[in-house]
Amino acid sequence: MAATTLIKQKKHIQNPWGGFFFVLPSIIAMAVFVYGMIGWTLKFSFSNRTSAWKKDNSFAGFARYTELLQDPEFTHAFSNLLKFTIVFMVGTMISGLIMALLLEKGIKGEGFFRSTYLYPMAISFIAMGTSWRWLMDSAQGPKATGLNLIFEKMHLTFLENAWYTSIKSSMFAMALPAIWQMSGYVMALFLAGFRGIPDDLREAARVDGASEYKIYRHILFPQLSPTFLTILIILGHISMKVFDLIYGIASKGYVTKVLAIYMWQVIFDFQNYAKGAAIAVVILVLIAVVVIPYLIYVSKTEEAK
Amino acid sequence: MLKKSKLVVALAAVALVASTAPAAPAAGNLEIFTWWASGGEALGLAGMTTEFTNKNPDTTFVNASVAGAAGTNAKGVLVSRMEAGNPPDTFQAHAGAELSSYVKAGQLEDLTSLYKSEGWDKVFPADLIKTLTTKGKIYSVPVNIHRANVLWWNPAAAKKAGITKAPASLDAMILDLAKFKKVGIDGMALAGQGDWAIAHLFDYVLLASMGPDKFNGLWNGGTKWDSADVKTAIRKFATILSYGNASKSLDWPDAGKLITTGKAGFFIMGDWASSQWQSEGLVLGKDYTWAAGPGTNGVYQWLSDSFTLPKGAPNRAAGIAWLKVCGSLAGQDAFNPKKGSIAVRKDSDAKLYDSYLQAAMKSWKVDRLVGSTVHGVNYGNAGMSAYDSAVGKFYAGDAKDSKGLVKGLVAAYKTNNA
Repeated sequence: MAATTLIKQKKHIQNPWGGFFFVLPSIIAMAVFVYGMIGWTLKFSFSNRTSAWKKDNSFAGFARYTELLQDPEFTHAFSNLLKFTIVFMVGTMISGLIMALLLEKGIKGEGFFRSTYLYPMAISFIAMGTSWRWLMDSAQGPKATGLNLIFEKMHLTFLENAWYTSIKSSMFAMALPAIWQMSGYVMALFLAGFRGIPDDLREAARVDGASEYKIYRHILFPQLSPTFLTILIILGHISMKVFDLIYGIASKGYVTKVLAIYMWQVIFDFQNYAKGAAIAVVILVLIAVVVIPYLIYVSKTEEAK
Repeated sequence: MLKKSKLVVALAAVALVASTAPAAPAAGNLEIFTWWASGGEALGLAGMTTEFTNKNPDTTFVNASVAGAAGTNAKGVLVSRMEAGNPPDTFQAHAGAELSSYVKAGQLEDLTSLYKSEGWDKVFPADLIKTLTTKGKIYSVPVNIHRANVLWWNPAAAKKAGITKAPASLDAMILDLAKFKKVGIDGMALAGQGDWAIAHLFDYVLLASMGPDKFNGLWNGGTKWDSADVKTAIRKFATILSYGNASKSLDWPDAGKLITTGKAGFFIMGDWASSQWQSEGLVLGKDYTWAAGPGTNGVYQWLSDSFTLPKGAPNRAAGIAWLKVCGSLAGQDAFNPKKGSIAVRKDSDAKLYDSYLQAAMKSWKVDRLVGSTVHGVNYGNAGMSAYDSAVGKFYAGDAKDSKGLVKGLVAAYKTNNA
């Protein structure tokens, strides 16, 4: 009995079609719901379907894209997104790295701190957005609430500001809750990176008389470069797609509008499907610019192994 | 052990099937799509629902309500369902231009015959029917009338500032704002969250500053958006904003609380504010009071919620039965006193309504009617969104960029007429 099943199993594995049929459902699902939809969106973005009632799907070339370039609302949303991305990525990397460095030496109660730092990730964007909206209230001076009230009570009045409600600082303030939420995750990734480096290396360096700073600078950080890259990609694509956090805090308000929110508005409020699709394609290209080189890099290093 | 895990798998499969079962209701249901989900709105809807189920006991009522933000979230869901050819049996939309995109897309059924058979063409005000009519056809049944140009204030706070009666003009109001400021109260309650409530205030300032004739001209090209009149209105708007509360991120109920707690003087908001406050246990005339928006006495800036019959509705008969309730006297009088709006019908029973609403009913009959922009009467969805955004930008830039606002308003007009 046992022998025959073993033979059967072996046959199964040897048959290349068996494996193929196993993954076929997900291949079909991917083809339809990911690549098919991307193709559909692309087609729409090159069409004349600019309203719900003009059922004109004819080819328009790059007309929708040139429209976007002349649309001040689009350029505003684009520059907002860039500002947000820069502040969010730099801020999250730095705070995540600092937290990882603090935990890396194996301090007492590491597990407790690790979960505490990771905890913000478990909160839903909308709940978080609502509470950060209260925290970042723009009232200053005697009527201040939220963070401004803390500054007021600490007599640090110069730190009080309008947060996300002022055009100048809106996206810098908006990056704060995002940094708060994601830096724990970045810490976990860095920590895993540090733990992957064998202790022998540090000890060898110490024996050779290297200072702690030098150990980090020349031994540990260079080994972390794949981790850095992974974090960069993960944060980058999260940032390009950001929607719910901003919607939760400021809804569709002009000051903090980013591409994803404007896309939603153009599709559902303006019902300008072609233009909305064009914005979607812009977001996709932005993400692709970040992700594709990374995928190429990963597959190359895998091959080298 | 194995059996147990099999059971778990089976349960999980059942759960999956249940959760992915199609949302479309089976025959004998009425699926209604509204954004009334809380407070007086939900109570009013419940009143109308009872009326419906009494008359149609065999039909199950399915409420697919999506809450929040003057219906902007609901509209997103609705647009995708309409576009996918999966409409509800009836949906809520502001009467007027907001409906126009659905009408132009040919997604709504003509209800003119229903107006005749139910006698609505006689009991609804003629002016309103004119606004609802597109090329000789009517596509929606209005259930209520709200007034947008209402000034709300707190008598106790006003007394502190030495104000005993509502200002009669826009300029008089600005003088009063300064009086509030002197006693350390914010003059105007502002709700900056999501731009629309600030645009609502701007809409009123435009009307009060230009008068109804020029205001109406803005929507049909009769008044230019870059005219001196608009610029004057913007200047006054900027002055009013400068007396606002410092917190720029309030939702309108929070801004309303500034009034009822005496932290701000005046509030320009639609009359749904009154039903919201009453649901919080506050008393009209004592905790808060009202006046027509200064400078707009005798002008009724209205908006109306209405229901429609989408083409291809799965339960067309149930949809029509619902519309009949919407237009009926019993339906409207069940809905409106709770919602805090007045009935569309001229034969509604005034005794069921509170003192504010009774006054509003009287004005509705004699006042000049003007539409509200932020609530879908003057502009379609696209124009409305662009209008809100232009005002939101001005507000976020500390009300300094008047030229930018004019530019944005001109662009909104173009968007609407694209």
